[in-house]
Amino acid sequence: MAEVSLSSSGTELTLQGIRKEFPGFVAVDNLDLTIRAGEFFALLGPSGCGKTTTLRMIAGLEDPSAGKILLGGVDITDTKAYKRPVNTVFQSYALFPHLTIFENVAFGLRRRKVSNAKELALAALDLVQLAHVADRRPAQLSGGQQQRVALARAIVNRPALLLLDEPLGALDLKLRREMQVELKKIQADVGLTFLHVTHDQEEAMTMADTVAVMNNGHIEQMGAPESMYDLPETAFVADFLGQSNVFRGMASSANASTIEVAIPGGTTLRVPVARASAHSGDVSVGVRPEKMSIHAGAVAPQTDTNVISGGRVTDVSFTGVSSQYSIDFGPLGNVVVFEQNLKALPTVDLGDVVSVSWKVERGFGLRDHRAAVIDEASEL
Amino acid sequence: MAFAAFADTSEKKSAEPVKKSRVVILMLLPGLAYLLLFFLAPLVSLILTSFMAPDPNSMDMGQFVYSFQWQNYVTVISENWSFFVRSFGFAILATVIALIVSYPIAYFIGVYARPWPAIQAFALILVIAPFFISFLLRTLAWKQLLGDDGWVVTTLKSASLLPADGHITGTAFSVVFGLTYNFIPFMVLPIYTSLERLDMRLLEAGRDLYASPSTTFWKVTLPLSMPGVVAGTLLTFIPASGDFVNASSSFLGGPGTQMVGNQIASNFLKILDYPAASVLSVVLMAVIMVIVSVYVRRAGTEELL
Ligand SMILES: Nc1ncnc2c1ncn2[C@@H]1O[C@H](COP(=O)(O)OP(=O)(O)OP(=O)(O)O)[C@@H](O)[C@H]1O
Ligand SMILES: [Mg+2]
Repeated sequence: MAEVSLSSSGTELTLQGIRKEFPGFVAVDNLDLTIRAGEFFALLGPSGCGKTTTLRMIAGLEDPSAGKILLGGVDITDTKAYKRPVNTVFQSYALFPHLTIFENVAFGLRRRKVSNAKELALAALDLVQLAHVADRRPAQLSGGQQQRVALARAIVNRPALLLLDEPLGALDLKLRREMQVELKKIQADVGLTFLHVTHDQEEAMTMADTVAVMNNGHIEQMGAPESMYDLPETAFVADFLGQSNVFRGMASSANASTIEVAIPGGTTLRVPVARASAHSGDVSVGVRPEKMSIHAGAVAPQTDTNVISGGRVTDVSFTGVSSQYSIDFGPLGNVVVFEQNLKALPTVDLGDVVSVSWKVERGFGLRDHRAAVIDEASEL
Repeated sequence: MAFAAFADTSEKKSAEPVKKSRVVILMLLPGLAYLLLFFLAPLVSLILTSFMAPDPNSMDMGQFVYSFQWQNYVTVISENWSFFVRSFGFAILATVIALIVSYPIAYFIGVYARPWPAIQAFALILVIAPFFISFLLRTLAWKQLLGDDGWVVTTLKSASLLPADGHITGTAFSVVFGLTYNFIPFMVLPIYTSLERLDMRLLEAGRDLYASPSTTFWKVTLPLSMPGVVAGTLLTFIPASGDFVNASSSFLGGPGTQMVGNQIASNFLKILDYPAASVLSVVLMAVIMVIVSVYVRRAGTEELL
C-alpha cells in the first residue's frame, strides 16, 4: 500500500481523452479535463449525462474504454481502486450496514493503520454534527444523516482528491447551506482537491472555483462561474445555468467588432464578436432576462441597443423587488424579462403590445440553437 | 375539525393492535397445537422414559416401569461418553469442511454469476438435484463407489496411495465424507440467500476506502453473509451430530466409527433398553442446545438477523 499516503494537500487531476462505452452505449465520450491542485471543481449536468460514470473511472471502480487518468502527474489509469489516494462520497451513500457509524467513518483509517484513527473519526463526525449517533447503525439514521456520515467517512481520509457525487442532495435547504459552508471551509483549510457533482446550479456557482457543464457524455463548457453565466457558448449551457432568451438566426454580415444576425420577422440583432462562439452561418443570440428592458409600444432601434417589437404580454408576476414578464413574440417564441421595481410599479399590463431591448454588449452569440432538454435535470 | 381528525386516528391506532393480536393468536393456533402434540408431548415422554427402571415383575426384555432412576444418567454417560466425543468431533469436522466447500459455491451462484441468471438457475438446480434421490440411496451409492471393490479403492491401491489391506468404507474418513456430502446443500442454500442480497456497491465502497479484495471479503462480504453462514452451519451441525445413517455399518461406517445416533438406534431397536436410549437422546439434545447457543452468541449475528 505504498501508493497510499495521507496527503496534506490536494493534487492535480488530469483526464486525457477519457471514454467509457457500455454495451451499445457511450456514457462518456472523449473527455478532457484538468483540475488544479486544491481547486473546488463542480461538475454539473442533467441526469444520465455521465457524471457518476466519470467519477467511477477516476475512483478506479470502472475501467475507461480509452484515455488516461493522471493524478499529480502520475498515470493511475491502471492503478487498483484501493491503492488510489482518492475517496468518494457515493450518491447512494453505500454505508456498511453491519458497522456502527463510528466504525464506518474509521474504516479507511483502519485499513491504512492510522494510529490516531479514533480521534480523527470522532473529529470527522463532529464536523458533520453527528457525534451523538456514533454508536448507531446506518439503518437507524435518516437519509440526510446517512449522507453526512458518507461525507465524514470520505473526508476523514484527507485524500489527495475527493470525489463528491451529489453529497448534499438529501439535505433540507438550511442544512444544505450549512454543509456547503462547511465543505468549502474544509476544502480551503486542508487544501484538498474537490470534484463535486451536483444537479444544483446555484450550489455549483456559489461553491466552485471552476464549473463544468456536462451533457451527453461530453463537457459543453467550463470556466469560472461568473464567466460561464456571463458568456455561455451553447444554448444548452445558457439554459442550464440560469435562464436565457435565445433567438435563432443567421449571421448576415460582420465587421471587426460586431456580428449582425438576422432573425425571423425581419429583425436584425447585433452581438459583439468577442462575445460570440460562432461568427458565421448559424448563430443564435442570447440574453439574460434581467439584462433586458421592456417598453410599451414600439421603440426605434439604435446602434448600441437591440430591439424586438410586437410582443404581447401573456403573464406578469409581481414578486416585490422585481416583476417577471412573459411576452409572446409569435415565431420568435416566448421571451422572459425581469425588471427591478426601482422607481415605479409595473407599467405594462397583461395583453399590452410591447417591445424589449438590451444593450448589444450584454448579449452573447451561441454556436447552436438546439432546444435544450433539461426536464430531467430540473425534476430535483 | 382538526382536533376531531386527530382524535379519530389516535383511537384507531389504539384499537388496531388489539385486533391484530387476536388475528395473530388465531393464526398461531395450528402451529401451537402442532408443537404441543408432536414436540412437547414426546419430549415429556422421552424425559419420563429416561428415568424408568426395569420392571421387577418381568423377566422379559424391554419391560420397564415409571420411576426416578437418576442413576441411569450416570451409567449411560460413563459407558457412552466416547460416542459423544466422536459424534461432535465428526459433526464439527463435517460442518467446517462443508462450509469451506459451500461458501465458494454460494458466492459463485449469488455474486459472481449475477450477470447470467441462466447460469445461476442451473447451478442452483445442480445443488438441489441430489434431493430428488433418497438420502439413503445416495449414501448407499457412495458405499458402492468407496467400497473395497469400487474403482476408487482399486485405483488408489494400484497407485500405492492406499496400502494393500486398506479400506475407505468403515473409516472415520468415509463417515465424515458422507456427512459432509449429505449436508452440503443445507449449507449452500442459506449462504447463497444472504450473498444474493449483498449490495455490490458496499464492496466498491470498501475498495474505495483502501481495502484490498481480500480485506473487503473479511471486513464486508463475510460479515454481511453471517446470517447465512450461521443458518447453514446450524442446519448441518445439528442433524449431523444426531445422524445414525452415515456412521452405520450398513452404510459408510464400521464398528470403530459408531456415533451417538447409532447407540440410540441399537439401544432402542436391538437391546430394547428404552431408558438408556432416552438418556442418550436427552443428553445429546442438551449438549447441542448448549453448543448452539454459545455459537450463535459468539457469531454475534443478533443485529444482522
Ligand atoms: N453499468 C452500466 N451499464 C450500462 N449503462 C450504464 C451503466 N452505468 C451507467 N450507465 C448509463 O450511462 C449513462 C450515464 O450514467 P451516470 O450514472 O454516469 O449518470 P449521471 O450523470 O450520474 O446521472 P444522475 O445525475 O442521474 O446521477 C446513463 O444513461 C446510464 O444509464
Ligand atoms: Mg449520478
